[in-house]
Amino acid sequence: MTDLATLEPDAGVLDRRDVLIRGLRELVPEGSVIADEDGRRAFETDALTAYRQMPLAAVLPATTQQVSRVLKFCGENGVKVIARGAGTSLCGGALPLQDSIVLGVSKMNEVIDINFENRTARVQAGITNIDISNAVAPRGFFYAPDPSSQLACTLAGNLAMNSGGAHCLKYGVTTNNVLGLKIVLIDGEIIEIGGEELDAPGYDLLGLIIGSEGQFGVVTEATVRILRSAEGARPMLMGFNSSKAAGDCVSAIIGSGIIPVAIEFMDKPAIHVCEEFAKAGYPLDVEALLIIEVEGSEDEIEDLLSRIQEIARPFKPTGIRVSQSAAESAAIWLGRKSAFGAIGRISDYYCMDGVIPLGRLSEVLADIGKICARHKLRVANIFHAGDGNLHPLILYEANDPSQVERAEKCGAEVLELCVKVGGCLTGEHGVGVEKRELMLTQFTRVDLEHQMRIKTMFDPDWLLNPAKVFPLELRPS
Amino acid sequence: MSDLIQPSEEKELAAAVADANSAQTPIEVMGAGSKRAVGRPLQTATSLTTEKLTGITLYEPTELVLSARAGTPLAEIEETLAENDQHLAFEPVDLGPMLGQDAGLGTIGAVFAANLSGSRRIQVGAARDHLLGIRAVSGRGEVFKSGGRVMKNVTGYDLCRGIAGSWGTLAVMSEVTMKVLPRAQSTRTLLFVGLTDEVAIEAMCAAIGTPFEVSGMVHLHGEFAARLVDSDILRRPGPVTALRLENFEPSLDYRCARLTESLAAFGKPAELDDAVSRDFWSNVRRLSFLQGSTDPVWRISTAPTNGAKLVAALARRLECRVAYDWSGGLIWLQAAPSADAGAAEVGRVVAETGGYATLIRADANLRGSVNVFQQLNPGVMALTRKLKESFDPAGILNPGRMYSGV
Repeated sequence: MTDLATLEPDAGVLDRRDVLIRGLRELVPEGSVIADEDGRRAFETDALTAYRQMPLAAVLPATTQQVSRVLKFCGENGVKVIARGAGTSLCGGALPLQDSIVLGVSKMNEVIDINFENRTARVQAGITNIDISNAVAPRGFFYAPDPSSQLACTLAGNLAMNSGGAHCLKYGVTTNNVLGLKIVLIDGEIIEIGGEELDAPGYDLLGLIIGSEGQFGVVTEATVRILRSAEGARPMLMGFNSSKAAGDCVSAIIGSGIIPVAIEFMDKPAIHVCEEFAKAGYPLDVEALLIIEVEGSEDEIEDLLSRIQEIARPFKPTGIRVSQSAAESAAIWLGRKSAFGAIGRISDYYCMDGVIPLGRLSEVLADIGKICARHKLRVANIFHAGDGNLHPLILYEANDPSQVERAEKCGAEVLELCVKVGGCLTGEHGVGVEKRELMLTQFTRVDLEHQMRIKTMFDPDWLLNPAKVFPLELRPS
Repeated sequence: MSDLIQPSEEKELAAAVADANSAQTPIEVMGAGSKRAVGRPLQTATSLTTEKLTGITLYEPTELVLSARAGTPLAEIEETLAENDQHLAFEPVDLGPMLGQDAGLGTIGAVFAANLSGSRRIQVGAARDHLLGIRAVSGRGEVFKSGGRVMKNVTGYDLCRGIAGSWGTLAVMSEVTMKVLPRAQSTRTLLFVGLTDEVAIEAMCAAIGTPFEVSGMVHLHGEFAARLVDSDILRRPGPVTALRLENFEPSLDYRCARLTESLAAFGKPAELDDAVSRDFWSNVRRLSFLQGSTDPVWRISTAPTNGAKLVAALARRLECRVAYDWSGGLIWLQAAPSADAGAAEVGRVVAETGGYATLIRADANLRGSVNVFQQLNPGVMALTRKLKESFDPAGILNPGRMYSGV
């Protein structure tokens, strides 16, 4: 991407690098501070690979106490700290600064306790999202938020970004599925908030911390809600000859009182790339495809799918296919969940995450097409239709500086469009560095000041993941 | 008699709060005032109500979203939703009647300000989980917004949740936007009679561990049960454990049968039909069993598996009647009148077992002398004070309603 404006690095910190690294090494077990160039390179970027910056060092603590010591040390020495889970952020949430350390939580990945009666699991925050579900699956339970990157991404990162997923239409996003946290503040203080009970006393600090993009503290443990899985689930494919018909069909289903557990939308370019990759049996002769999944017993699934087909009839769906086996269902979801990777094989892409009111869907998709055409770029659309969370993938050639610049401009215009129609800049990826300068299109200065004061309250010197979320010019001096 | 400010526009609201901020005049903030008697007593010369800030400003049934000015009566919103077979899935409890007020007086703003959730909390989440966006005036007298009108939104910090449950101490909401959901076609209830607390909670935890999506689970002590269930159903007096299922009719047949089967160890339940079920759960929602008394009432939130133990420990020292909601995780405890409303015992036992307690009903003198909202651990308390200062530096909004100095 084009050069990223950033904060002037703290020369005092850069000059003292060797001393600081020696200091950090005294706080954590041997081998937990990575300072050599090759080692640090693993931490220079996240899934927004266009931006790269080598940190001073990476520190990989194994306990809450070690995190506390490291943060206290950084707080006292004015060293900035970028917390990192698995580095799967699509908005540069884990992008380091030249004068920062990266604090990786990946060593803290244990399940501490599971209570099926209370439907809770207490885990260390560095655990991967899928490993929570894996730990409770033998008893028929799961952890609901399921971002596409769930095989790799950590709960810590999910907490930072308040991640969603394909099934959040029914089960909610991260903030709806967490009951308690252990968080370490920049002065080293360890605070426990909430617990196993369904609501925490006093102000909803839990709700404020989730989605704060690593700017308030470092979460080392969490108590999450686990849910009993449905008896069964089955996806159905429905093709349409226009995006409008598909969008109207989604509205009609929801308006009828049925909330499918997932409704995913793909446009023609996305369908072709994903089919090529996953061989899921997606129809290739349609303009738009819906993957609709419902849950329940065999009979209930039959009943719901036939109700949905009845509702869909006026929108003239083609190529209706109900999955007939677990293998077929897995293939259908594989196509969707690996969509970004599949598109990545044919082109570089820039993934947007805007949200729009569902009623504006066809109009917005048409306008996105026009914006991309104006910038002479191709676009593929894949998204969670039930909640209006769009993921336009703008295709470009990373080695062509002119295309890079156009892709950035194009992306910003797409997000501005989302805000204009009543939506927002990001539904589940977060603001990070990527969208910070667009924040004033959605918020007033006063709105942002109310947010930034909370940042200051947790982290008076703005050492934790600074230069993210807010436009640089608005930072308190 | 205190002055009453009744803004009918957000601008007026902002001006009134800004004036109070510059004059450092504390104000009592409320909707319709149906929950005025909850919290530490306030001593302010001025009250502000959002009652005149009314009207539904947006409703898109196919997008599952509704916006309304904060003073809009909850009853009006529920009627509008019902016309489209939709509802607020978290079925906010109505604290009014047990506080001696009429039912259905509350405003939508207050539902979120108090984070009031009902029995369906265990399935669909709390009030705060359904709040998509707010417009509000902070104690600085400044209008700000957070969230929006779409289902998913992680743009900036999540102030909606920060403001929900803050009892008007951080900001006065002027408009709220919420997620709404379809109502189930039909409701049925399985009713077990005579289970002890411990066994009832075991049954409820087992039920919620099935895939049948139980959407409400209460266990009522005999005195409370008798007020909610007809004697021809109850047959013999005793505690009642009720499990609610909601779905399409054919699913209900199937799920009731399967759930009964999987809970066979707990006896054979009676089955309440749609009409009787709806009546039962609407009484639970209005906390009918707590009405007609002025005895102190505690609301205790804990892990379900701790519920019975916690109540047994309290019952040894305190004469009390109990209803459990949320599969045992929410306890409504009506204590016999005493000098401290049982605060010392409740505080001690809750500290031992885990969870927290709030004194919901007690006269103003008592609410001024005991902890209404349980004391927080020092780290959380420090953050609480800073958050208050960040939104309301002059400390003018409902000062001291939750905690002294906050």
